Amino acid sequence: MSQATIPAPRSGYNRSKSGGSKFELAAWLYMRLSGILLVVLIFGHLYVNMIAGEGVQQIDFGFVAGKWASPFWQIWDLLMLWLAMLHGTNGMRTIISDYAEKPATRMWWQIILYASSLTIIVLGTLVIYTFEPCPAGADPSVLASFCTAD
Amino acid sequence: MTTEIAEPASKVELPSHLSGDAGEIPSFECTIRIARFVPEQDEEPHWEDYQVTMYGTDRVLDALHKIKWEIDGSLSFRRSCAHGICGSDAMRINGRNRLACKTLLKDLDTSKPITVEPIKGLPVEKDLIVDMEPFFQSYREIMPFLITTGNEPTRERLQSQEDRARFDDTTKCILCAACTSSCPVFWTDGQYFGPAAIVNAHRFIFDSRDEGGDLRLEILNDKEGVWRCRTTFNCSEACPRGIEVTKAIAEVKQALFTRAF
Ligand code: HEM
Ligand code: SF4
Ligand code: FES
Repeated sequence: MSQATIPAPRSGYNRSKSGGSKFELAAWLYMRLSGILLVVLIFGHLYVNMIAGEGVQQIDFGFVAGKWASPFWQIWDLLMLWLAMLHGTNGMRTIISDYAEKPATRMWWQIILYASSLTIIVLGTLVIYTFEPCPAGADPSVLASFCTAD
Repeated sequence: MTTEIAEPASKVELPSHLSGDAGEIPSFECTIRIARFVPEQDEEPHWEDYQVTMYGTDRVLDALHKIKWEIDGSLSFRRSCAHGICGSDAMRINGRNRLACKTLLKDLDTSKPITVEPIKGLPVEKDLIVDMEPFFQSYREIMPFLITTGNEPTRERLQSQEDRARFDDTTKCILCAACTSSCPVFWTDGQYFGPAAIVNAHRFIFDSRDEGGDLRLEILNDKEGVWRCRTTFNCSEACPRGIEVTKAIAEVKQALFTRAF
């Protein structure tokens, strides 16, 4: 066991007062509530995709297209996307404030985090809602086989 | 330096027909490995081994005394009561936060060196002595005193046994910092209030005679307050007073919810 170097004396406490904000309370509660929902959503998702029916072999473009044709799976996946992304983003925010030592470093990590989360949430939502397996007027050579089967 | 005979187990000289082998205290050799750091001469802490002959009734504190008094007088550590009450001698013994005065050597594995380090997360001043100021600053911030309104009563403020029992556990804190300095969240940037401050806020928040609960809850609702707790239970494990620290923190979180909704 080697002794770590002694950290430089800290410049005391410089907590910025959050002044009556309930944000941390809400975030704490959200992590637990979304966690409970995610257990159901994620394991339901894994079961339906990998175990039910023909199992993992069944997953292809057509399988996904079939699922998203139903509003049930659209809402399921949308919930999973939003709950998990906000949960994961908030979890990463916690980890960044644990590990980033300089305020500037912390700010940059947070900017990267929030930007990437936003991108994924927006793109994911668009994919779920605008997904069109057989776009009208597309070159038939690039379409899935079931689009041309008439 | 003289090598002298170890202090006898009893100061009373018993006549040989009364003293037998029965009450003899076993002695053993052990190695104490201490993280030494003298800011004037060391760049960083280094381990130093000390061989000592100790007795079955000795604690880690006795070993430290023996080293300081008989081997190296420059060894520095805090202690005052030597009986688990003042909270001065919390240190990392074999990697765990404990009071040196409450840790019997015979309960440790004496076949291997026993490591003794300062508690983590606070700046080391010398050897086992750390700067406790950040710890006490958090303690002061939660206002650890009775807050009331109205006139002072002419007699003591009475309280039912049930009301007293509500916060009994958290009255036992001796402010040793074993809990706060065992908390990985406190280790990160030292801004977290830490378990000890929350324990002492709990002691007043749940006291029926106190009227400052709301103020304290607001302070602990801070982003460096109870919400930084990740329930790792290090604090409960470290507390030499057996306080259920994590439970106390959870009760403060609960009180914040009750207040919010
Ligand atoms: C399967 C259901 C899940 C449950 C029950 C769950 C539960 C939780 C809870 C309760 C916390 C808070 C821990 C604390 O404050 O001490 C947490 C933290 C976290 N979660 Fe989840 N979670 C789940 C799924 C996910 C998913 C899918 C992601 C990724 C997108 C994720 C990423 C994180 C991260 C990054 C943290 C922060 C870790 C930390 O504080 O050290 N979790 N989770
Ligand atoms: S709660 Fe226990 S470990 Fe923490 S300061 Fe008080 S006595 Fe020490
Ligand atoms: S010396 Fe007082 S608690 Fe150990």
